[in-house]
Amino acid sequence: MEIDPFIFRLSIFILSIFVGYYVVWSVTPSLHTPLMSVTNAISSVIIVGAIIAALAGSSESIFEISSIFGFLAIILAAVNIFGGFLVTQRMLQMYKKKKK
Amino acid sequence: MSANLSAIFYLISGILFILALRGLSSPETSRRGNYFGIAGMAISIIVTFLSIGNFGTGFIYVLIFLVIGGSVGAFIAFRIPMTAMPELVAGFHSLVGLAAVFVAISAFLKPEAFSLGFVGNIKLASLIEMSLGAAIGAITFSGSIIAFLKLRGLMSGAPITFKGQHLINLMLGISIIFLIYYLCISQASNIFWSIVVISFLVGVLLIIPIGGADMPVVISMLNSYSGWAAAGIGFTLENTALIITGALVGSSGAILSYIMCKGMNRSFFNVILGGWGATEQSSGSQSKEQKPVKNGNADDAAFLMKNASSVIIVPGYGMAVAQAQHALREMVDALKKNGVKVSYAIHPVAGRMPGHMNVLLAEANVPYDEVFELEEINNDFANCDVAYVIGANDVTNPVAKSDPQSPIYGMPVLDVEKSKSVLFVKRSLSPGYAGIDNDLFYRDNTLMLFADAKKMTEEIVKSL
Repeated sequence: MEIDPFIFRLSIFILSIFVGYYVVWSVTPSLHTPLMSVTNAISSVIIVGAIIAALAGSSESIFEISSIFGFLAIILAAVNIFGGFLVTQRMLQMYKKKKK
Repeated sequence: MSANLSAIFYLISGILFILALRGLSSPETSRRGNYFGIAGMAISIIVTFLSIGNFGTGFIYVLIFLVIGGSVGAFIAFRIPMTAMPELVAGFHSLVGLAAVFVAISAFLKPEAFSLGFVGNIKLASLIEMSLGAAIGAITFSGSIIAFLKLRGLMSGAPITFKGQHLINLMLGISIIFLIYYLCISQASNIFWSIVVISFLVGVLLIIPIGGADMPVVISMLNSYSGWAAAGIGFTLENTALIITGALVGSSGAILSYIMCKGMNRSFFNVILGGWGATEQSSGSQSKEQKPVKNGNADDAAFLMKNASSVIIVPGYGMAVAQAQHALREMVDALKKNGVKVSYAIHPVAGRMPGHMNVLLAEANVPYDEVFELEEINNDFANCDVAYVIGANDVTNPVAKSDPQSPIYGMPVLDVEKSKSVLFVKRSLSPGYAGIDNDLFYRDNTLMLFADAKKMTEEIVKSL
């Protein structure tokens, strides 16, 4: 019997949870705020779905209802991507070591 | 671009996202980590364009909307003051949640675009995945909006509770599961919309009973939810990058919630099911009696610290409210000139989000190797001359170690009272968030400095 591709995706998902578990425990507590802002930014990779949704309309009618939701999602995700990465960068720039 | 090739590129961006989080294990590697994250995001977006292969008018519109959203995001990122980070993060979470809802709606309305079947005949697994993604996304959205309003002060930080609240939440949660089940049978669009609407409601009801100082847990929890919503959509779209990211973010938020709960010695459910002050009122009576307090001014404080050999600073949310971090740094600089050794002690739940104090101190140019976590520094209080408590309260309360009756008993606290003298900057003697009196105020070695955190610190700088 062939294995359903869903099982492969489920495996990736569960293994990623474990990777996430170990990686996040190794994050130093002083960087927990940048951790939140960067996880915020990367979870906006949901923009991939938004782009597919937005471009699903035919060439005559770009703005069908389903693609309008796609375009709205693009805006939201884009705010997050740029905002998230840039604010993380801004924060990380401030962490400095003692001048010896 | 073939489906296999783009799948490999999505895997690569997933790995880059893992490296982005890995970089945060130390400040030196963190900046490079952030670039990995940006690279992963760029790869994902470009590969999506290439695999759709539609560079017509629609593509132009996508770019326009991308630029609009991007400029708004960039503008916010550069303008936001560091003290407002908690509400910014809450706001960003709400956007991820809403984006997940929108993508799910779009997939439900036009499943053929995602090759999930056809309207009225969507693949069963996809239907479950997209409705879960939509439900969690909606909860994330409305919950984050409430958290944002509370953090921003647009809504009272006090817990809002009413009778039967938890029962209602439970019923609504169960009804969502039932509706998903019926959606799978009927494929009816009005059931899908009901799921979305009820989930919005659940998000609101879930967050309103949680009080202001529990926000570190709430933000972490919503962080986790936004990850699970993304993973749900990732399954729908069969997209590896999204599944990996969702799992990473989901577990990251869960771990942060766990750390925050442990920092308060409370169970996750205890936090979720309502505020501290609301459930525990046993300690109210005995704290009313008037006890003598030693009152000092800036000159006393300056004198004490100038003649100390070591000083530990204990910042809390009050420092953020008063924006006192820069004044604090100036004070420390002046002390260092006098040969005083200064370090900072940070409690895990100080502030309104994980790591809040660290960012504020970093903003004020405090080197991160002078800033210590609770376990690292707690033994040093016994050998330190002066502890300067600025804007922290409950996390210094010795009652947590001595009084089993106290609601905060067992919570890890900073052993501030062990230092030779304690300078406690506070506007009044009012109790902290937990609603209990701080025993520290009445100790012989405590000198209360009644003033705004920033003003007091500035005055001390003047008299140093």
